[in-house]
Amino acid sequence: MNLTLRIWRQSGPQDKGRMVTYQVDDVSPDMSFLEMLDVLNERLILDGEQPVAFDHDCREGICGMCGLMINGNAHGPQRGTTACQLHMRQFSDGDTIDIEPWRARAFPVIKDLVVDRNAFDEIIAAGGYITAPTGSAPEAHSVPVAKANADAAFESAACIGCGACVAACPNGSGMLFTAAKVTQLSLLPQGQPERYTRVIGMVDAHDEAGFGGCTNAGECTVVCPKGIPLSTIGRLNRDYLAATAKRGDTPGT
Amino acid sequence: MAVTGILLVLFLIAHMLGNLKIFTGAVSFNHYAEWLREIGAPLLPSAGFLWLQRVGLLVAVLLHIWAATVLALRARAARPVRYAHRKKVQGSYAARTMRWGGVIILLFVIYHILDLTTGTLNPVGDPARPYANVVADFAPGRWYVTLFYTLAIVALGFHLRHGVFSALRSLGQQTPRGEQRARAVALVFAVALCVGYLVVPFAVLTRLVS
Repeated sequence: MNLTLRIWRQSGPQDKGRMVTYQVDDVSPDMSFLEMLDVLNERLILDGEQPVAFDHDCREGICGMCGLMINGNAHGPQRGTTACQLHMRQFSDGDTIDIEPWRARAFPVIKDLVVDRNAFDEIIAAGGYITAPTGSAPEAHSVPVAKANADAAFESAACIGCGACVAACPNGSGMLFTAAKVTQLSLLPQGQPERYTRVIGMVDAHDEAGFGGCTNAGECTVVCPKGIPLSTIGRLNRDYLAATAKRGDTPGT
Repeated sequence: MAVTGILLVLFLIAHMLGNLKIFTGAVSFNHYAEWLREIGAPLLPSAGFLWLQRVGLLVAVLLHIWAATVLALRARAARPVRYAHRKKVQGSYAARTMRWGGVIILLFVIYHILDLTTGTLNPVGDPARPYANVVADFAPGRWYVTLFYTLAIVALGFHLRHGVFSALRSLGQQTPRGEQRARAVALVFAVALCVGYLVVPFAVLTRLVS
């Protein structure tokens, strides 16, 4: 199939950037979306032009590196799929495809389609961890975990931190990511010691990074390649309300 | 947003139930309006409860608008460069129209107070005869008033469709099954409130109430 691509080209953080149109011919429907971009890049290199920069790593949907806004859809039209796992058979011959980077103040564009997602690392650093005893792994049954909690925690732990939730959010909020990390740890016994300082720290880090506020619009969960449910944000809210009521970090209360 | 929204919703319920008294006849409806002024007597002066309620509602509305403005400004700042290609609605239509819907509702509330509280824009405008005010307001000749009223109530319905669910979520609703229930409650409540408000003008329009 023959496709027309309109791709965001930006030579660096200071460049203003623009959409540039490319023609890609003889695309196999069995190619992945990133392989299609590889074909374009090979041709651009042979022509002596700058190839299109885009993030990618595992190409099997588990690393969270790839992230493209494809025709206004984060990760493209197929639900529950990362851009690297999206096949060209989702498109038709003669289609025009718009490809843009994630758009958020907290995710500045480095080059072309590559954005800096360091803001997510800062949120994790503000509380997305547990006080793990070092040494050999303990016997798995020594700390009982209710099956329902284990399932819900696992569901949240599936978050790969790709940033599609931020890209799709009308408010530019990263609350689904933050909530997934909070939920994963607060549902397990290992996460209890820092449970309430975690939620305050991570939400503060989220706001400081320049993300917008959540209005429960629900766009995030629609585009999430791992299907993180919107209800995780409710778990974050409940932890946050409990944490602000407890004031555990104030001496004498 | 959630707490002030719930205060406003409680008022909406009471206001709707009061409106429905129009079906019990002019004497009963006017008497109800008179009673509203006498609540709390003799402890409160005449219309004392109404003024307490008005101040409370005004504070709630202002805080609600302030919170919404903060969120809207943060959203704008969070995405300085817009998408060239953006699908408008992927999640919920009601959620995406909260801000403009809120503006429409605010404009309507201002008109509504000038119309049926102060009587400035009402063809009868007699505070002692609220029944006559309502009947004159929605007379078939003033179809545009009924049309604006209907549009505002439908906007309110959409606002509540998302608002009720979002308030429950903000206050800690956290299970997937509870989410389905919360969305169902929000939908039923929004539709019920819309119907409760819209039967009055349409009853006047069809001369069931005259």
